Amino acid sequence: MKRIAIKEDACIGCGLCQVYCTIEHSKSKDAIKAYLKEYPKPVSRVRIETNKPNSISIRCQNCKDTPCVNACLAGAMKLDKETGQITHDTEKCIGCWTCIMVCPYGAVKPDSSGKIIAKCDLCPNREIPACVENCPNEALVCEEVEH
Amino acid sequence: MSKYVIIGGSAGGIGAIEAIREVDPIGTLTLISEEKVPQYSRPMISEYVSKEATLDMMKYRDDQFWKNNNVNVLNGRIATKIDFTKKFVKLENGDKISYEKLLIATGGKPFVPRMEGEKKDGFFTFTELSSAEALEAKVTQSKRALVIGGGLIGVSASEALVKRGIKVTLVELKENILSLILDKTASEIAETVLKKSGVTIITGQTVQQIQGKQDDPSTVGRVVMTDGTEIPCDLVVVAIGVIPRTELVKDTSLKLNRGIIVDKLMRTNIPDVYACGDVAEAHDFLINENRLLPLWPLAYNGGRVAGNNMAGGKQIEYEGGTVMSSLKYFDLPIIAVGNINPQDTSSYEILVELKPEKTIYKKILLKDNKISGFIFLGEIEKAGILFRLLKNHVEVSEIKEILLSEDFGIVSLPEHLRQEMFVVN
Repeated sequence: MKRIAIKEDACIGCGLCQVYCTIEHSKSKDAIKAYLKEYPKPVSRVRIETNKPNSISIRCQNCKDTPCVNACLAGAMKLDKETGQITHDTEKCIGCWTCIMVCPYGAVKPDSSGKIIAKCDLCPNREIPACVENCPNEALVCEEVEH
Repeated sequence: MSKYVIIGGSAGGIGAIEAIREVDPIGTLTLISEEKVPQYSRPMISEYVSKEATLDMMKYRDDQFWKNNNVNVLNGRIATKIDFTKKFVKLENGDKISYEKLLIATGGKPFVPRMEGEKKDGFFTFTELSSAEALEAKVTQSKRALVIGGGLIGVSASEALVKRGIKVTLVELKENILSLILDKTASEIAETVLKKSGVTIITGQTVQQIQGKQDDPSTVGRVVMTDGTEIPCDLVVVAIGVIPRTELVKDTSLKLNRGIIVDKLMRTNIPDVYACGDVAEAHDFLINENRLLPLWPLAYNGGRVAGNNMAGGKQIEYEGGTVMSSLKYFDLPIIAVGNINPQDTSSYEILVELKPEKTIYKKILLKDNKISGFIFLGEIEKAGILFRLLKNHVEVSEIKEILLSEDFGIVSLPEHLRQEMFVVN
C-alpha cells in the first residue's frame, strides 16, 4: 500500500504540506479561492506540529489495527483490504467523533461544516499526494509498503 | 448443526463474523437475531428520530454483508434456551441449533424504573429501532415530550425530539446531566447549550407518576414529579441506560455477575462459549478489572476478539475499554475518557484550561504521573493522542506542562514514543 513516510530530521515546519492539502481538497483547486471564498471551507488533513527544534507533519497512517474503523458507529470508516487504506464514506459519516477519540495520531478532525470528519485520503486523483509533491525539503516520501 | 452460532446481530455479533471469516472462510455460521432488520447502527436511532438518517443510512454494513460472509441469518427469531451440555440453542418455535462454538452477544435492554402509569400510550424507551420507529410515528401528533435520564441516551433522545420541533423537558435525578462522564464544569457548559436549543432541564428530581389525558386516560397527558409539580406532555421517553440481557442464561452454570463474566479471550466459564458487548463484563484497562461498559466500539472489538479465538486464529487478547465517550450534542463536541470525578482528588494532579468565550474547556487528571482521565470540550482534535497515552499507561511527567497547550502533539512526545509510532509494522 501507499504510505507517506515522514523524515523528521528534514522537516523544517514550513507548513506548505497543510497549504497544498487544503488546496487539493478544495472545489476550486485555487489557493486564493480555497482559503477565502469557498464554503464549507476546505480543511487540511495534515497538521504541522512544532516543538523547537523539531517539527513533524502529521496525517493518517492507515494503522494496521484500524482503531477508527473498529470504533466507527456508522460503518463509515472502512478498511480497503486490497490497498490497506482506511477510507471514509462522507455519505455515511454522522460526525459522532468516536474515530477522533481513538486515533493515536490525532489525525482525524471535524471538517469545517462540523458535521463529518476529514482525514487524509492519500490524494486519490494524484499519483503523488499533494503534500509529498510540494514538500520543499523532501521531508515527506510516498512509498509502497506491504500491508 | 452449525460450527459457529452467534446470538445477537449488533456490533458484537458483526465483529465476530468479520473476525471468524478472516480465519475460517467456510465453517458454517448461524446468526440468531430478534430484530427484523438484522444489522443497523443502534447509536443512530436518534438520527432516525430526528430524520437526519433514513433506515438505509443506518445500515452498519452493506446489504451483501451476510451473503459475502456466508452467514445463515435467522431474523426475527428468539433464542429461548441454551443447553450447554448437549451444545444447542433452542428457538421459540422449538427448533434446535447445535453449535461447536457459541457467542452470546444479546446486548442490553433499556432500564425502566418502576413508576405509576407506565403502560400508557405515549410511553417509550430509546434503545432499539422498533421503539424509535414507534416514537417517530407519534412525533407529528405531539407537542411536548418529557425525557427521563440525563445521560448519553437521554440527551440524544432530547436532541432528536427538539430537532423535530417538540418542546422537551429533560429530567435528571442527579445534580447535573451527563454526570457519569463529565465533571461539573463540562456538564454545566453542556446544559447551557441544551437550554439555548430549547430543552428545559430539571435536575435533582424524577418522575413519580405518569397520568393520562383528561379525555383519554390511556394516553400520556402529564407527569407528576417527585416534588409534586405537574408537567403536561404527550410523550414520555425513558432513557436512563441499559442493563445486560441475561434472561437466556439465568439459572444456568454460566458465571454471571451483573453481566456475563469473560476473560481476556472473551471466553465464559463454559468451554466453547464466548460473550461480548453490552451483555458481558469485560476488561477495563484503566482500573484493571472486569466491568459493564455498554459502548458500541467496545462491543465490536470484543466481538472481533471472540470471533478470532472461536475460529482458532492466532490467539488474541481483548485490549479492554474504559469509560469513553465522544459527544456532539447540538454541535458541541466533547470527548471524555476515564476517571473524571474521582471521589478523593488528593492523590491526583489536575490540569485545567477554560476559555469560556471560545467554549473551550480541557481538563486532565494525572495519578502517579499517568493520565487517568481527561475531558476535551470544544477542541477535540488531539484527544486521541491522550487516549493512547492513557490506554498504554504512559508516564507523562516530562511533558505534562504542555499537555494542554495548543502546540501539544505527537512532536511533544519523548523521542522513543514518537519513533515507535512511525515504524511500519
